[in-house]
This record gives sequence, structure tokens and C-alpha cells, in this order.
Amino acid sequence: MNKKAGAPKNLIAYSFILPNFLGFAVFTLVPMVFSLVLSLAEWKGVGAVKFVGLENFTRLFADEAFMRALVNTVVYTALTVPLTIVAALALAVLLNSEIRGRNFFRTVSFFPYVASLVAVAIVWRFLFSPAVGPVNMILSNLLGKASTDMPAWTSATGPAMFFVVFFSVWKNMGYYMVIYLAGLQGVNADLYEAAALDGANKWRQFRHVTLPQIAPTTFFVLMMLVISSFKVYDIFLNLFAGGDNQLSNATRVIVYQIYNTAFRGLDYGYASAMSIVLFVIVLGVTLIQFRGEKKYSH
Amino acid sequence: MVGEKKRSPAANIVLYCILALIVIITLIPFVWMLSASLKANKDVFNFPFVLVPDQPRWENYSEIWSRIPLGTFLLNTLKLSVIVSILQVLTSSFAAYAFAKLEFKGRKALFLGYIATIAVPWQAYMVPQFIMMSKMGLNNTHMAIICLQAFSAFGVFMMRQFYLSIPHELSEAARIDGLSEYGIWFRIMLPNSKPAVTTLIIFTFVNTWNDFLGPMIYLTKTELKTIQIGLRMFTTQYTSDYALIMAASVVALIPVLIIFLSLQKQFVKGVVTSGIKG
Repeated sequence: MNKKAGAPKNLIAYSFILPNFLGFAVFTLVPMVFSLVLSLAEWKGVGAVKFVGLENFTRLFADEAFMRALVNTVVYTALTVPLTIVAALALAVLLNSEIRGRNFFRTVSFFPYVASLVAVAIVWRFLFSPAVGPVNMILSNLLGKASTDMPAWTSATGPAMFFVVFFSVWKNMGYYMVIYLAGLQGVNADLYEAAALDGANKWRQFRHVTLPQIAPTTFFVLMMLVISSFKVYDIFLNLFAGGDNQLSNATRVIVYQIYNTAFRGLDYGYASAMSIVLFVIVLGVTLIQFRGEKKYSH
Repeated sequence: MVGEKKRSPAANIVLYCILALIVIITLIPFVWMLSASLKANKDVFNFPFVLVPDQPRWENYSEIWSRIPLGTFLLNTLKLSVIVSILQVLTSSFAAYAFAKLEFKGRKALFLGYIATIAVPWQAYMVPQFIMMSKMGLNNTHMAIICLQAFSAFGVFMMRQFYLSIPHELSEAARIDGLSEYGIWFRIMLPNSKPAVTTLIIFTFVNTWNDFLGPMIYLTKTELKTIQIGLRMFTTQYTSDYALIMAASVVALIPVLIIFLSLQKQFVKGVVTSGIKG
């Protein structure tokens, strides 16, 4: 009875997928392909599309602002990813243990993730404001130095990268903690018993039982974090830019360059070439991680 | 931790000190925001810090509504978040049912195509997407944001993972009882996937509510703006009205806080069971 003829069965299945697929195809798949085409062209939004081959890409490598943005993005990623993983994992292990008010602590640490970026970025700008912010006030009192000698966190140079990394870890660690919590649920409790019987202390149990057991979670978190770090823009914009939405050399990132080139410069072809570079980087990192995971799990 | 249930008192003290420190670091910005929103502008950066001012200025909260169209921004954002969440849950769970429970030609290939795109950042195709939407006359409409957010591959993937955990016998029995596939989806699958649906709603709602770059690109008319873009506009226009900026920020945070707190139990369960952990 449930083995109907193939054709209507297929049709029913397709009818389930169609509503989502239609939207997905028109607003995601088509633009993806379009992006590839546009990256090989010169087009300012009006007139004919002129194909220029790989010219946009050669132009990119000589573009100092873009290269600077690329380096900044890589530095940001290299700092944010490991710090977030360590913080999230530590938090998850801590909040997986039997403590009073566990749910309260979990909820609190998740909250920065759901809080609106614009709102919390403003508070952080105020808190770390070089001249009047409470952080530098406390620092200057502790160190007994004038507040003008304190780090200019929100300005263009120097400590700006630390500031944005610190902010990013604070904002996102709660999310990855929840994912780690889910991973920790899957660890076989017998393994701890066995390790404890062998005389392994907590740290050795963590290193030799917990870490290998949650390796798949770590690979997943790593991948998500790397992708989200490479496409960062809104955090930098809200922490550093004024009303003109401009970022300086020290804080420009790849997506900022894409945005400015496309929506201010109307240089759509060139901006698409930048997009492709972003895509290739993310794809490359993802593939490397997949290979790493395969190697690791065998 | 598993096994040992009793800790030494010293270990307990260390543990709770660490927890207290985490709570402080996590919550300080919010406490400071709330406190500053009730101060006179000149007192915001006073040092040492006063938590509750002697005379809380509640009028800050009434003043912001007349300074910027905060009500319009909030309504716009609420409208978009609700519509996007509904569409997302409906279309995702609908498609996920076919991927999880039905046999059909091209299932594997189609699903692979779906998840492959999860790894492609939206930022990599936002430019051509904008050009397309403009040609369709969607620039400066709320429709643009809805189209942008409502059909994610992520939602399909998440719902499918959850549906896989629902036993086949359930849908088989319903089929024998003569229920159509649509009936099974509506009467068996949807009611049995509350944690996953809740998780998807929270994710989508919060993402749409907090989305920044999308509305920044598409909504340039003030009356269309969402709360994030509106708040940003306000803070860059009145850069030194610290207390008012903080009051507006508190207002922008409240709806998400309510949604999150009322659904958070379901949410953690949803993350665990829907296998987002990969």
C-alpha cells in the first residue's frame, strides 16, 4: 500500500522541497554563480558588462588597502579562533560539572551571544574609551600613571586588535560553549571510571579521555569559527567606525573592502573578485580541516 | 564531573570564585549600560563608578522616543523577525521531511548541494544578490530582508537531523491509517519536533533581530530601518548623548532577552538533540 508507483512518490517529495528550494535557488544559488561571472568583468552598475578575464585578480594583488585588509583578517582569525575555543571548552567543562545554579550560569554565559551587537559594541566603546572610560581609569589608578598614558583601545593603531579580539571572544564563547556541552553529553562515563581506577587525576582524565572523545565537536567548532572570523565586518564597524562607516588601515577587513568597493565605489566586478578570494580562502580552510579530521579519526 | 560527587571545601571555594568571575565579566557591560541609562549625561563617566544614581533619570527613557523613531524601528524589526521565523520554520521543516523520511530520485545529490552552500559565506555573494534584488525592485523594501533570511540551508539541515531521530514506525503507522504525506508532516512530525522548532525559531529570530549588514545594505530610508541600523544611526548622530544612547541600547536588547529567557530551556535541549554538534 505504501509502495506506490515511483513517479507520484517523487512528485510528492519534490513538492515538500519546492517552497524552500525556490527561495534558496533564486536568492542564494543564482547570486553565487553570478558572483563568479561578475568577478571576471568590469561593471559599474550601468551599461554593458565588459569581460576582462583575470584582470580584477591581478589588480587585487597590487591593491595595498586590500592586502592590508587581508592581513588584518588573518591576524584577527589567528588570535580569535584559539582563544574562543579554549574559553568555550573551559566554560563547558566547568558548567558540565555538578554545581549549584548550573542553569543560571549557562544562561548568563550564553547571553552576550544573543545580545544585539550594536548595543553591546557601544558599551564596550564607552568602557574602553581611552580618555574617560572606566577600564583605563581603573588601570591608571592601579598603575599610578596618568590616564593619557593608557592604551588607546578604540583608536586605529596598536591595542585595537587586542580590543576587538577580546570583544569577539566575550561575545561568542557562550555559543560555542553550548555546542561543547552537547559534545560532552556524548562522552562515555565508563571511560572516566576506568581512568580514575588507573589512578589518572582530573587533568589527565581531561587530556586522555575528554579531549579525544570530543574531537569531532572541536573540528566542527574550529570550522565554524574560522568561517565566521574570515567574514567579519560588523564587529569592526561597530567598534571602530564613526558616522561615515570608514575604517582605517589598522582595522580594515576583507568584507569592509568588498562593501566599500561595491556600494560606495560601484565597482561591482572588482568587488566580486574580492568575494571570490574570500570564498576560496574559506573553502580552502574547510577542506584542510576535513582532511585533518579524517587523518585524526583513523 | 562524572564519578566524584563530593569536592573538598577548598576546591568548592575556587570553583565558585571562578564562576563568580565569569558572571562578572559576562554581565558587567550590561550592568554598566543599565546604570548609565539612568544617569545624567555628565555623570556617565564619573569615577569612581556609582551603580545606582541618587536620582535615577527615568526621563531618559521617555526622551529617546521623541529623539528618534524608536517605535518605528522596533515595529519594523519585530515584523521582519516574526515573518522570517515563520517562513523559515515552515519551508525548512517541510523540505526536511522529504530529505529525512521520503525516498525519491536525486535525494542525495540535492541534499549535498544544500549543505555544501552552508559553508559559503553570504558576504561572498551579497554584491550580486543586491544587484538582482535591485533589478527586481526590492531595494528599500522589507521584502528584500525577508527573501534574504527566510530560506536558509542551515534550517533544512537542522530540521532533517532532528527528523532522522524520530522513529520510522511512527510515520509508517500513520501511513497505514491512511494519512497522506502532508498529513504525516502536519500531525506527526511538527508536533514531535518542538525542541528543534524552538531552536530554529530562536536562531532565526535572534539572527534577524540582530542582523546588521543586510539591513545596512538594503534599508536606507529611515522609516524602513531596523532597530540595529536605527540605533547605529542614533549613536553616530548624537555621539555625546551617552546616557540616551545607553537607554536606547537597553530598549533594543529587551525583546531578544525576553524571547531568549522564555525559550532557553528548550533551546539547550534543541542544540543537543538536533545534532548541531556535527
